[in-house]
Amino acid sequence: MRRPLVPAAVAAAVLAAVAPALPSYPLTLLTQALIVAVLAMSLDVLLGYTGLPSLGHAAYFGVAAYAVAILATDYQAGFAACLAAGVAAAAAFAAVFGLVAIRAAGTYFLMITLALGMVVWGLAFRWVSLTKGDNGISGVPRPELPLPWSLWAPLPFFYFSLAAALLAWILLGLLVRSPFGLTLKGIRESESRMRILGYNVWLHKYLAFVISGTVAGFAGVLWAYYNGFVSPVDVQLVTSVETLLMVALGGPGTLVGPAIGAAVIVFLKNFVSVYTKRWLLILGAVYIGVILFAPRGVVGALRRRGR
Amino acid sequence: MTAEFWIIQAFNGLSYGALLFLLASGLSLIFGVMRIVNLAHGSYFMLGGYVGLSVVWRTESFPAAVLAGAVAVGLIGMGMERLFLRRLPGQTLGQVLMTIGFALIFQDLALLIWGGDPYTIPVPGALQGSVVAGTYSFPSYRIFIVVVAVAVGALLWLALDRTRAGARIRAAVDDREMAQGVGINVPVISLAVFALGACLAALGGVIGGAFLGVYPGADFEVLPYAFVVVIVGGLGSLPGAMVGSLLVGLLDNFGKALFPELSYFTLFAPMALILALKPTGLFGRA
Repeated sequence: MRRPLVPAAVAAAVLAAVAPALPSYPLTLLTQALIVAVLAMSLDVLLGYTGLPSLGHAAYFGVAAYAVAILATDYQAGFAACLAAGVAAAAAFAAVFGLVAIRAAGTYFLMITLALGMVVWGLAFRWVSLTKGDNGISGVPRPELPLPWSLWAPLPFFYFSLAAALLAWILLGLLVRSPFGLTLKGIRESESRMRILGYNVWLHKYLAFVISGTVAGFAGVLWAYYNGFVSPVDVQLVTSVETLLMVALGGPGTLVGPAIGAAVIVFLKNFVSVYTKRWLLILGAVYIGVILFAPRGVVGALRRRGR
Repeated sequence: MTAEFWIIQAFNGLSYGALLFLLASGLSLIFGVMRIVNLAHGSYFMLGGYVGLSVVWRTESFPAAVLAGAVAVGLIGMGMERLFLRRLPGQTLGQVLMTIGFALIFQDLALLIWGGDPYTIPVPGALQGSVVAGTYSFPSYRIFIVVVAVAVGALLWLALDRTRAGARIRAAVDDREMAQGVGINVPVISLAVFALGACLAALGGVIGGAFLGVYPGADFEVLPYAFVVVIVGGLGSLPGAMVGSLLVGLLDNFGKALFPELSYFTLFAPMALILALKPTGLFGRA
């Protein structure tokens, strides 16, 4: 954690310092980037550290967002209840899906996570009585916290998201540097060797899966509050693969990299869509370009140069 | 729940399964030979439908639409394999991101060319109406789909099991390096299989375009079905694709009819069960 800690702390301090001077549109985008960065970092635990490419990560993000949206609109639940329910819902889905997915390896894992992600999308889309189907759930109120500032304003919500993202980053950073995290890396490098050394490979992979899904749920909670609106778009396949792209673009197995990747994609998406409706075309080209020209991601490429 | 309900739903499930077979057999074959998870496979289905639609509008000929869709998409598949995917041997994540990139590009191009409105490919005159058997009537077009799928399945089986080219493909599926070592031109086989898989998906797209419709988003809607089929049946296995398609077609249809709000779960629960018992699918090998 020592190496990235200083630049990341500087980056966070700079962000916090310049935020009041920013107009509301870039500030909103920054907030969005922070929340999506949490999602990307959560996937990095699976993809970068454990070597499990999940193609259905939006599911846990979306389940939590839906939980918050339903509780906050239909039941006027407060922040603590929504946060707990959202994260718990994501953890529960990850715990069940993980049982199925972790049995499979390699390509099968990829395809099963995709299929499981589509199950959640199908529920969001078809279970109209609960999720309002394609229309989505709108009017999610920002949380009322015992703070002097209202989170309805962009700046306080930005600080709120910054604090949440930093918290997630620190916790995940501690996790991947813990003995547990090192075991995950060992599994990524050689599963059979770790098994021979006596590690319970299945359990480690399963826990990584559940933790990753839970943190994705945390991002989903923030997202529901940020957007005020949750719809099947949040759980669709494109959201899952976009997250995968963020991780690949930033550099898997670095935590900071995927966060940067998330910011790049969020800003790119919003700026490009100002000029053209052909955003998907450009995003598709970005996917192909990243794979052809920067297969280790931005941070990976920088590190290689640094050596 | 009358007998009629069960018979009609089973027939609908069968015909949907037949369509899925056209889609999934190609996906499975491509995976078998090249170990590539092709996320653009649903796009081939959608593009096939759109190309077929344009051809039907101009020529009013259904066979021409099928042919044009299959050839055009087959060429697209060849281009993707030859120019891009061949550069990423063994890089699962890279292949996934690249094929997704193509899927997004195809989706946007289709939106640019054909717009956002849903269309239906008109059913050819000879296949309109229905066949009456006793007290039940079955739409002719759905019977046609089943016949096509059975014919394609039989041809694929004959080609794979009874011809020299098929033996080469099977060798490449079993062990790519050994096949190369005994003088089989694996790159050419990969190209051919990729083109064939794309053709089959496009065939499914044109034929399916007459009863599912052709619309933006169809690509990502059929993709998980194809995936569930090959997960259940086992990657790279033709019998697996057959059994898987039939199973998924039936499950999906009965699920939608009996539990409309939870229909995806009726698809997913049996898949989970099969995986729990056999992680490589019914006919798959590790």
